[in-house]
Amino acid sequence: MLQGWVVVLASFAYLCLLFAIAFYGDTRADRGRSIIANPYIYSLSLAVYATAWTFYGSVGRAAADGIGFLPIYLGPTLMAVLWWLTLRKIIRISKVNRITSLADFVAARYGKSALLAGLVTVIAVLGILPYISLQLKAISNSFTILVQYPRIEMPNMLGSVTILQDTAFYVAMILAGFTIAFGTRHLDAAERHEGMVAAIAFESLVKLLAFAAVGAFVTFGMFDGFADLFTRARADERIAPLMTPFGDAGSYASWAWLTVLSMLAILFLPRQFQVAVIENVDEKHVGTAMWLFPLYMLAINIFVLPIAFGGLLSFPHGGVDADTFVLTLPMAQQQTGLALLAFIGGLSAATGMVIVETIALSTMVCNDLVMPVLLRSRRLRLHERADLSNVLLDIRRWAIVVIVILGYLYFRLAGEAYALVSIGLISFAAVAQFGPVVLGGIYWKGATRAGALAGLSAGFAVWAYTLLLPAFARSDWLTASFIDAGPFGIELLKPLALFGLSGLDETTHAMVWSMLFNAGLYVGVSLVTPQSAPERNQAALFVDAFRRSREPTRMWRGTASAPELQRLLGRFLGPERAGEGFAALARERGVESAAELPGDAQTVQFAERLLAGAVGAASARVLVDSVVEEEPPGIEEVMNILDEASQVIAYSHQLEEKSHALEAATSELRAANARLTELDRLKDDFISTVSHELRTPLTSIRALSEILHDNPDLERAQRVRFLGIVIKESERLTRLINQVLDLAKIESGKAEWHHAELDLRAAIEHALAATSRLFEDKNIALSTELAAEIPPLMVDRDRLVQVLVNLLSNAVKFCAADGGCVRVSMRRQDDQVRVDVADNGIGIRPEHRELVFEKFRQLGDATNSRPQGSGLGLAICRQIVNHFGGRLWVESEQGRGSTFSFTLPIAPSLAGRAGA
Amino acid sequence: MSPGASGKRIVVAEDEPSIVVSLEFLLTQAAYEVHIATDGDEALRTLYRVRPHLVLLDLMLPGVDGFDICRRLRADPQLAATRVVVLTAKGRAREIEKGLALGADAYVTKPFGTRELMATVRALIGGA
Repeated sequence: MLQGWVVVLASFAYLCLLFAIAFYGDTRADRGRSIIANPYIYSLSLAVYATAWTFYGSVGRAAADGIGFLPIYLGPTLMAVLWWLTLRKIIRISKVNRITSLADFVAARYGKSALLAGLVTVIAVLGILPYISLQLKAISNSFTILVQYPRIEMPNMLGSVTILQDTAFYVAMILAGFTIAFGTRHLDAAERHEGMVAAIAFESLVKLLAFAAVGAFVTFGMFDGFADLFTRARADERIAPLMTPFGDAGSYASWAWLTVLSMLAILFLPRQFQVAVIENVDEKHVGTAMWLFPLYMLAINIFVLPIAFGGLLSFPHGGVDADTFVLTLPMAQQQTGLALLAFIGGLSAATGMVIVETIALSTMVCNDLVMPVLLRSRRLRLHERADLSNVLLDIRRWAIVVIVILGYLYFRLAGEAYALVSIGLISFAAVAQFGPVVLGGIYWKGATRAGALAGLSAGFAVWAYTLLLPAFARSDWLTASFIDAGPFGIELLKPLALFGLSGLDETTHAMVWSMLFNAGLYVGVSLVTPQSAPERNQAALFVDAFRRSREPTRMWRGTASAPELQRLLGRFLGPERAGEGFAALARERGVESAAELPGDAQTVQFAERLLAGAVGAASARVLVDSVVEEEPPGIEEVMNILDEASQVIAYSHQLEEKSHALEAATSELRAANARLTELDRLKDDFISTVSHELRTPLTSIRALSEILHDNPDLERAQRVRFLGIVIKESERLTRLINQVLDLAKIESGKAEWHHAELDLRAAIEHALAATSRLFEDKNIALSTELAAEIPPLMVDRDRLVQVLVNLLSNAVKFCAADGGCVRVSMRRQDDQVRVDVADNGIGIRPEHRELVFEKFRQLGDATNSRPQGSGLGLAICRQIVNHFGGRLWVESEQGRGSTFSFTLPIAPSLAGRAGA
Repeated sequence: MSPGASGKRIVVAEDEPSIVVSLEFLLTQAAYEVHIATDGDEALRTLYRVRPHLVLLDLMLPGVDGFDICRRLRADPQLAATRVVVLTAKGRAREIEKGLALGADAYVTKPFGTRELMATVRALIGGA
């Protein structure tokens, strides 16, 4: 005997037990003694993954497909291995950034984009509806079947009952009520629901226990253990083929895709994200979950094949839906208690899923869809209301009701045509679309908001086209021709064989195309679109989550009022909690009270983070900016600051170029300065040298004159000697003064030049005659070799003779003391005339050959006393020769004399008149 | 007064012959014993040999220049007592400072007045 009221009572009792656990959990949490801060509770809560799909559907799948049910559990097992890399990073990022939901996570990664948050929410809600409908279907069917006990009869087709007669509708309403009770009793800044998690962990144990009990009963009660059951199954010709995996070729692809699909689902189903990330207390718990969760998956799957085969063997003539074997097998064996336990287990699995899923979805709907819209609407004046926490809770309550009702509607519209697993896979495929944007977002800094939007939209569109629309079509909501012939008869666009791809099952087909479009556009668009500064900031924050220890910083300048921020927070969190938060911040920052908090970036950041916990990052940013709106730094400026910061890269490049230019200019200036300094030094040296050269003869003249003056009775010889020196030194002084003036005149271009036709040979002879006394005095041999046929030159005769005399007297001066000889030669060289004056003296060292032409550079060394002369002669000679357009230089071999040579150009007009 | 009657020895280190002539006359007339050197090396040798009471030192000597001689003089205890009168045509303040810093006792700029020069010498080592 199992009357309807017993089942209903048991169901309510069970739900109330769950609620009691949740209430206890919340109470403990409020007292700060969390019961879920435990890696085993965490791992068990992750088992919310196992829903009515697992409880009833796996058996159905196994009955049709053998071990084809397995990929859905292999995927999570594989992913669990990778949790240390993926899940732990997501948890770290979420904790640091106060992420409240999957939508919040995605939005925050891509520059806190409200648009992206909304899109993720829409996809999640629409994608999950089939999944919720699956749970409703499972509960209502199992209920309907169980109350027929002991008859085993499949429920009527849906069309035959009105909504008010439909068990599923009441199931939906009751579940919505419980969900509201579980999830929206109060507002938590971190969106954490400790009681709910505790209840879910308990629920996971119940469904495992129930399923294992049925499995054990079938295996060991109805049959003699696994061996007996499998032997008999193999003997059955309907069942034997199920024992061979990969019956047809498409199966491999199907297996692979289902595995990938479920790998993504375990991370991105909103309820999994909720329990694994948002409700996570300590990221170390992931380590335990990595082995405990796969173990749970294994445990709950051990009896799937035995129950499936047992069902097929027990109901050989069909008529009993394989999805119901878990319930119908105990019923067929008259096991009242076990049947009720199986029902409770299924109910447990389904309610757990619906509660967590709708709470997660309602958070997203509220924070990422409704609030942004409401806050922007000036008509509602929402931003002026004092306490919004009740508004937020109401929005969530309504969201829960609407989501559950939508799930129910989907069940009414499309649920009947599919097996449980197929319905679930539609949802898996939808959430798998989050894979690229989330995984890409935490490992690839280059991913952009535009890329994420493009990829998500495309993937979602393909999903809707290839999975959702066919589901509707199959339920006669769309014409079947849409599926069979493609829209408007275009074969290539057939939803189940898009672009001609056929031979795959529906889910695999949809996954191939949606992932191709999703990942392709995500990567492609990301590569060609630039990142805004906040995006770059957030990208770095996410990708480098493990490298950063500090909290995220928000570039912000200007001032905001701390009390105003506190009022804003009060409206969303309640004045009390806002007050506590600000008091804590005040203590931390070492100020007296919250009122004295400076309205600086740190306070603003604190407020934004606290608010983000209640309304999500995107909304929090808008809200905080609204408070500081009247202050100069609006959101635009914040962006600008970030832009400026990021443009440093560009500027630094320009700076580099400019600094190169500056360096070049600097070095030019330095060179010019060095030239000027050098010239200045030369001028100083010149004056100093001239002054020295003048002082030396003056010294003798003055000293000797004074001696002569003071000693009137000097001996005559002495007096004559002194006077001779005075005269000689006076001449030297005169010569020096003349030469200095001469050089100055030539250098400044003020010298007078009297150019006239000149016979060079005659000029040389004149110079030789003028210096013949010197040659005779020192007994120096002179030889000449003067060409006869030389055209006349246009030069200043006196100047040229001055040069020749200077060179000749130098030659005499430096000739060897004994056997000195000087050779003078003149010859034509092309259009020039060349004159050489060679001596056989000591010669000039190579490094000194140019120095001799410098002013006052007289060569002398320790062994030679300074040569006589002003030190200006050769400098003047060179100036003169240069003025004539010729060149003066010296060649020398040390110890064997020097040859001073100069050339003079032959004037073109005179060139023809050789030797005039 | 016969040359060297004062018993004071003076070395003249100067490379300009006509200046040497005038200095030699002036100092000899004042009864100092005068030794001539016309380049740096000779000057050093003469200084060590003569150990004069005073040296009239031209800074622009060929070879070892006057600054060097001055420094060596001051570094050598044997010659520490020798008074140094720097004699130079370079009259810039910087050079005077440098000369005095190296331990010169007086700095006489060319062209010098004979009376002033002799007064300086007398003031340093006494004599006629």
